[in-house]
Amino acid sequence: MRTSEIMRNIKTIMKREIKGYFESPLAYVFIVIFLLLIGFFTFNVTSFYENGQADLRAFFYWHPWLYLFLIPAAAMRLWSEEMRMKTIELLLTFPVSVGEVICGKFLAAWLFIGICLSLTFPMVLTAMYLGDPDLGAILCAYIGSFLMAGAYLSVGLMTSSFTPSQVISFVLAVVICLFFLLAGFSPVIDIVSGWTPQWFVGIVTNLSFLTHYNSIQRGVIDFRDILYYFSVIVFMIFANALVIQNRKAA
Amino acid sequence: MIEVRNLTKFFGSRKVVDDISFGVEKGEILGFLGPNGAGKSTTMRMITGFIPPSSGAAVIGGCDISREPISARKQIGYLPENAPVYPEMLVTGFLEFVAEIRGFRGSEKKRKVDEAIEKCFLTDVRSQSIQTLSKGFKQRVCFAQSILHDPEYLILDEPTDGLDPNQKHEVRQMIRKMSEEKAIILSTHILDEMETVCTRAIIIAGGKIVSDNTPYNLRTQSSLHGAVSLTLKAPNPDEAAALIQTIPGVKSIKVLDHSLDDFRVRIFPETIVNPIAGTILSTLGEKNYEIKSIFVEQGRLDEVFRNLTAVTPQS
Ligand SMILES: Nc1ncnc2c1ncn2[C@@H]1O[C@H](COP(=O)(O)OP(=O)(O)O)[C@@H](O)[C@H]1O
Ligand SMILES: [Mg+2]
Repeated sequence: MRTSEIMRNIKTIMKREIKGYFESPLAYVFIVIFLLLIGFFTFNVTSFYENGQADLRAFFYWHPWLYLFLIPAAAMRLWSEEMRMKTIELLLTFPVSVGEVICGKFLAAWLFIGICLSLTFPMVLTAMYLGDPDLGAILCAYIGSFLMAGAYLSVGLMTSSFTPSQVISFVLAVVICLFFLLAGFSPVIDIVSGWTPQWFVGIVTNLSFLTHYNSIQRGVIDFRDILYYFSVIVFMIFANALVIQNRKAA
Repeated sequence: MIEVRNLTKFFGSRKVVDDISFGVEKGEILGFLGPNGAGKSTTMRMITGFIPPSSGAAVIGGCDISREPISARKQIGYLPENAPVYPEMLVTGFLEFVAEIRGFRGSEKKRKVDEAIEKCFLTDVRSQSIQTLSKGFKQRVCFAQSILHDPEYLILDEPTDGLDPNQKHEVRQMIRKMSEEKAIILSTHILDEMETVCTRAIIIAGGKIVSDNTPYNLRTQSSLHGAVSLTLKAPNPDEAAALIQTIPGVKSIKVLDHSLDDFRVRIFPETIVNPIAGTILSTLGEKNYEIKSIFVEQGRLDEVFRNLTAVTPQS
C-alpha cells in the first residue's frame, strides 16, 4: 500500500520533470550539442575510420570527458530552478517526501540522458557497416556509459540543491566530477603513485568513475562496478536529501 | 482544527516568530495581519511544514506537521506568498500534475482539474502556457492548485496581492463561499480585506501576537469609536460649540472645519456605553439649529492597527 504510493509519487514527479525537459527548447539544443560533440570527438579527434577496426572504442573513449560538462548542464536546473521560481515551496508542502521528489527528479534526468545516449545508435550502424563488431561488447559499453552518466548526474543533482544559481551549481558539479574522473586518469595516477603508498593509490583509483568505466569497457560487467556506481548514486541522493532538509532549517 | 502551539522561529540568532499560539476551527476565516516583516509568512511556512519550527508545534486535524508530515499535508491547501507556479507548463498540465500528487487518477483527476478551473475562472486560459498569463491569472492558477483537492484547511499567504480591485473582489467571494466547511487562515496587510472577509483577526508585530479579536471589536478600540461627526448650519460657530460642550455625556469636541455657514465638528463621548447622538440631536433641535448631517463613527482600523503594531522596543 505505502510502497505503491511511493512509486506513484515518484512517477508523478518524474513525469513532470521529463515534460519539463521537452517543453523547453533547451532539451533539443542539448541533444543536438550532445550528438555533435560526441561525433566531433569520435571522428575528428580520434579519427574513427583510420582506426581500421570495426569497434566503437574511439567513440566510448570520450564519454567520461564529455559527460564532465554535458551532464552537469543537464542537471543544474533540477533544484536551482525550483528555488529561483520559489516552486520549491509548493513541491515540499505537497504530501510527498523529500526522498520521493529526489528520486523522481533523478530518474527523469537519467532517462533523458538515456534518450540522448540511445540517439547515438548510428555509430553502431556505422561500425556494423564497416565490419563485424562484437555487439555484446558494445551493449556492455553502453550499459557502462549509462551507469557512469547516472553517477555524474547524482553529483549534479546534489550541487543544484546548494544554490538558486544554475551557473554556480554547474561549476560545483564540474569540479566535483573532475575529482572523480582524475582519480582514475593514468597521467594523474602516475604522478600520485610517485610519492604515496600503493594501498592509498589503490583506494583512490577505485573511487574514480573512470576506473570502473574502463573496466566495463573491457567487455565484462563486473558486479563490483555496478555496485560502485549505485553506491555513488545512493550516496549523492542521501546527501541531496540532507541538503534539502537542512536548507529548510536555515 | 488547526492548533498552533508556542511556535517560535530563529533565523540565526534573530527571533522572527516569538511564541505564537492560536487555534482555528472549521467555519472560521482567520485573518493574519501585521506589517511587512512581522513574521506572517514564516508562521505559515511552519504550519505547512515548509520550514521546521525552532520550537513549538502545529497540529493539523490531529496530525503534527513535524511528526506526521504526509498525513498533515494531505489535509492542507497552501497558497504560498507570491503564488509560485511552473512557468513553462500549461495551466491544465500544471493542475493535472497537482491532482496526481494529491492522489487522483483517471476520470476523477479530470473532474478535479475541471472543477478547480471553473471555480477559479480559468476556463479561457486553460490551454495556455502559464508564463504567458498576467499576474492576476497566475495568482488564480496557484489558488486553483490549493483548493483542487477540496482540503479541510486552507492557508493563503496574501491571496489578493497584486490583483486589481475586481479580481480582489472575486477572490474574496471565493474564499467566503468556501468558508463554511473549512478552516481558513489568510494573511494580509489590507485592513479592508480583513474586515470584509475574516471572522477573526490576529495581529502580529515583531513576531508576537499583539491582538486576537473580531474585526468589529478591533474597531471599537479606536479613539474615534462612538464619536459623533456633525455638520450644522451655524452662522455663529463659537456659540454652537459652547452649546455642544454643555450637553451631558460629551467629553470633548474637535472643530474640523467651518466655512461660510457650515460648521463641522467631531464630538467625543465620555464613555461609549452611553450613546450621545440622541441627546445631541434633541438639544440642537430645541435651539433650532439646522442639522445637515450626523454620523456615528465606527472607529478607524488603520489607527488601531498603527497603535498595536507601532515599533515596540525589541530585545
Ligand atoms: N530564510 C530566511 N532567513 C533569514 N531571515 C528570514 C528568512 N525568511 C524571512 N526572514 C526574515 O524574517 C522576518 C519575517 O519575515 P516574514 O515572515 O516573511 O514576514 P511577513 O510575511 O510578515 O512580511 C523578516 O524580517 C525577514 O527578513
Ligand atoms: Mg509575507
